[in-house]
Amino acid sequence: MNFTKQDILTLLEEVKDPEIPVLSLVDLGVISKIDINGSHVGVTITPTFTGCPAMDYMKQDVADTLQKHGIDDHDVKVSFEHEWSSDMISEKGRKALKEFGLAPPPVHNNVIEDLDIISHAECPNCGSIETTLKSPFGPTLCRSLHHCNACGEAFESFKPI
Amino acid sequence: MTEEALKDLLYKIADDQLIIGHRNSEWTGVGPLLEEDIAFSSMAQDKVGHSLAFYNLLHELGEQDPDTIAFTRNAEQFHNCQLVELPIGEYDFSLIRHFLFDHAELIRFQMLADCPVDEIAQVAKKLRGEVKYHVMHANTWISQLSNSTEEAKERLQKSLEEALPYALGIFEPSTFEKEIVDAGIYLGEKAIEEQWKENIAAALEDSALSLPDWNLITPVYGGRYGKHTEHLQPLLEEMSEVFRVDPTADW
Repeated sequence: MNFTKQDILTLLEEVKDPEIPVLSLVDLGVISKIDINGSHVGVTITPTFTGCPAMDYMKQDVADTLQKHGIDDHDVKVSFEHEWSSDMISEKGRKALKEFGLAPPPVHNNVIEDLDIISHAECPNCGSIETTLKSPFGPTLCRSLHHCNACGEAFESFKPI
Repeated sequence: MTEEALKDLLYKIADDQLIIGHRNSEWTGVGPLLEEDIAFSSMAQDKVGHSLAFYNLLHELGEQDPDTIAFTRNAEQFHNCQLVELPIGEYDFSLIRHFLFDHAELIRFQMLADCPVDEIAQVAKKLRGEVKYHVMHANTWISQLSNSTEEAKERLQKSLEEALPYALGIFEPSTFEKEIVDAGIYLGEKAIEEQWKENIAAALEDSALSLPDWNLITPVYGGRYGKHTEHLQPLLEEMSEVFRVDPTADW
């Protein structure tokens, strides 16, 4: 049977970011190209962070998911051709991040001049913006560390990039 | 422009990233405070990832695969500047080196983002966004720490003066400098150096540190063509220790 691009995107909703299991690769915005040629399906993913060790897992998970749905003739590649930006995370993805306890990245429209942009992340626990940036580097390359002055909780934010 | 010239450029960028990445990783577990332990570890992971991106470009140009390039060469085959191979020293030295190096990297990637070779431009565009965080991190710490105590200021100033001759070595002219610049690959090392001097002077404005007279500093060259300090070979041996146990292992 032949698939449409939309069919493939729907299938790939099943594939989650291994470090943020509530976020699908589609909502993360890393599926940069789907090529369908007869029974062949090609999927291209674009890296979030170049050194992210999860990229290999994502690539394998995409291949496994295609295989599981009977698409034997497939190839999955990682390419820098379409540059990823955190602005590409969907509304659904942003909501999922927040529910997961991770502040979504501020929308930046390609303007990141200094750390001010992440100085007042919205606390995912209480919603306050009375927060302090503790470090632009967190437990994974895509996260920064924050402290909420309102509820006193420490939290992490997905970094704008 | 010859492929040899392009490889020369890619090798020096890739090797810088790999070696500074390894040095940054030496802070894992021993950082002066938890946030800095994590920051240097994260930057190490970024840098090693960046080196892989450039080794992959080299592989596409016919060089060996990234693991072989990274783990089987000797010191004299490395093209990194000497700045990145120096031991981590005390935290003040590592912080100063990180500040000086990443300011140069950001300019380099901003320039290469306009490179007519698409594959290089795509990687550079991606990396400049990531390196920006490294620069912002360094700027914040240099400013805050140098304005904290007299001891902090003195230590940072001393490290700055020690590191500057090596930092100028980042911009050692390439054998292919003219060829690369004429081909429009980027504006060349001299242009990066000039911009870098302006940028670090601006970044140091709200710090308590001062830059010495550039005319009194002699750059330490040689790293780009295999002349290294005694510190590089032991680093390479440590870095490749596990790899050498079984080079064919699949990790």
